[in-house]
Amino acid sequence: MTNAQKNRIIDKSFQVFGIVCTFFGLAILAILIYNIVIEGAARIDWDFMKNLPSRRPQKAGIFTAVMGTIWVLVLTTLISFPIAVGAGIYLEEYAKKTKLASLLEINIANLAGVPSIIYGLLGLEIFVRIFGLGGSVLAGSLTLSLLILPIIIVATREALKAVPSSIKDASMAMGASKWQTIWNQTLPASIGGVLTGVILAISRAIGETAPLIVVGALAYVPFAPSSPMDEFTVMPIQIFNWVSRPQHGFSVNAAAAIIVLLLITFIMNGIAVYFRNKWQKKIKW
Amino acid sequence: MKKTTKIILGVAVILGLASCGGNTENTDENSGDEKTLTGSIKIDGSSTVYPITEAIAEEFREIAPEVKVTVGVSGTGGGFKKFARNETAISDASRPIKDKEKVACEENGIGYVQLEVAYDGLAVLINPANDWIDHLTVEELKKIWEPAAQGVIMKWSQIRDGFPDEEIHLFGPGVASGTYDYFTKAICGEEGASRGDYTASEDDNVLVQGISTDKYGLGFFGLAYYEENKDKLKLVGVDGGKGVVTPTQATVADGTYQPLSRPIFIYVNDKAAEREEVVAFVNFYLELVPEIAQEVGYIALPAAEYAKQVEKFNAFIPKK
Repeated sequence: MTNAQKNRIIDKSFQVFGIVCTFFGLAILAILIYNIVIEGAARIDWDFMKNLPSRRPQKAGIFTAVMGTIWVLVLTTLISFPIAVGAGIYLEEYAKKTKLASLLEINIANLAGVPSIIYGLLGLEIFVRIFGLGGSVLAGSLTLSLLILPIIIVATREALKAVPSSIKDASMAMGASKWQTIWNQTLPASIGGVLTGVILAISRAIGETAPLIVVGALAYVPFAPSSPMDEFTVMPIQIFNWVSRPQHGFSVNAAAAIIVLLLITFIMNGIAVYFRNKWQKKIKW
Repeated sequence: MKKTTKIILGVAVILGLASCGGNTENTDENSGDEKTLTGSIKIDGSSTVYPITEAIAEEFREIAPEVKVTVGVSGTGGGFKKFARNETAISDASRPIKDKEKVACEENGIGYVQLEVAYDGLAVLINPANDWIDHLTVEELKKIWEPAAQGVIMKWSQIRDGFPDEEIHLFGPGVASGTYDYFTKAICGEEGASRGDYTASEDDNVLVQGISTDKYGLGFFGLAYYEENKDKLKLVGVDGGKGVVTPTQATVADGTYQPLSRPIFIYVNDKAAEREEVVAFVNFYLELVPEIAQEVGYIALPAAEYAKQVEKFNAFIPKK
């Protein structure tokens, strides 16, 4: 066998390996979705969406869990978006490259890797006990905001970094102040990337169970929250609760609730992709 | 700058849309006249007791729709922590309160009453294809599960003469569960003392799955899970020294299935018991639980026992 042949074989086999790697994740996802749809799709109907929790699987619904999830989602977005984007802008545009700045940077990167249960314990001590918020939607949202802040900050910085410095320099050369440059040039150019980061982070947040259980999200809540101070439950907790019940009907319910949760996540990701494309196309220099 | 305005509008619209979804469910809190019960009752604690409390809360909704009853599942220990901090009105418990927890309650000035609500039986289970076991004694169970068995008792033949010379595969609840605490106390004599080399899962359905697909498997969990999976599992009778007893509604209720059956409880906070809606809820609980317990897979106490619990609770309600 010549050297060229050998190389071709290696080349080919790596290509195959790459394809296998690519499809591995997809295949698992496909199997998961197939199993869940087979088990749960028939269970999803309007009653399932609007019923309250119940001991009878046929009567149980996910209304309060969906409402809780939406509440947490909205509050978490409102809290984390301005803080994280503000921090991202500061670190990328204003902060001098001092030791303090690099220390901040390292810490934020590390925070992104902290297990979510730790954030739950932090939230329990600070928001639930010291701030006296109790097991409320607000306490849960603040905790999840902490959890996703580092993710959004990192995404924001990446998006800001991607804006060509020639644009910023040109803006400055025209006499614009730093803030005018950021507001009129840098942010609009990077908003697609920033929003993608935000929505992906939020998608992660809606799947979180552990920190919310610690903070005090409950298993049985027969009413939708009507203010940020109300008790709440969210979909992953409802799913977890159902999966661990002995009656088969509940595992069907769990599968159906997983479909709904997946749909919400897919829709969120869809929105992210849509806005990214829309805003990226508009930027023309 | 048109572009920026549009972007900001866009963001505002997304957030606005999302928040609308949340707000549509605003309910009017001021409704309800003098006679209907209002307020909220916070309950937390054992996941074993949860199905009962959930069912009662669900039925209570019918008679007192304005009372917001919430139930959490922090586990018996976690529930008592919140109870001692005065964060909950009622605590679900699959074991009696521990001394440490009593002290915590006293420190915070919290009085409470313990009410028995049902029995829970622990079932020892094997695969239906297992044809060599008709019963096990407590000693044999201890031999299988005690800490010293780890890495030593690996084959069925080591447990009793005549059992096959095959590996034994063990399944049981995780160490954080009250069920595990109870089983180890009853069988090994010390809470939390067991071998570590068994398949542990907090999700009992995983245990059902494990035993039902493994001819040489053996495990234990709440009787409720057996009742739902009768076709996949075989129940093992247990000899606690007074002959072999198989766990059934009858043998658990009359106390002959020992040592693997236990009472489960709710604890009521004395401050909370000053509130009308809590009193109504607890009385409703005791009235309905015999029926509900059966329905969700537990075993009701004898009727006389419930009468005693009602009496105990009524004596406990602070007089104004």
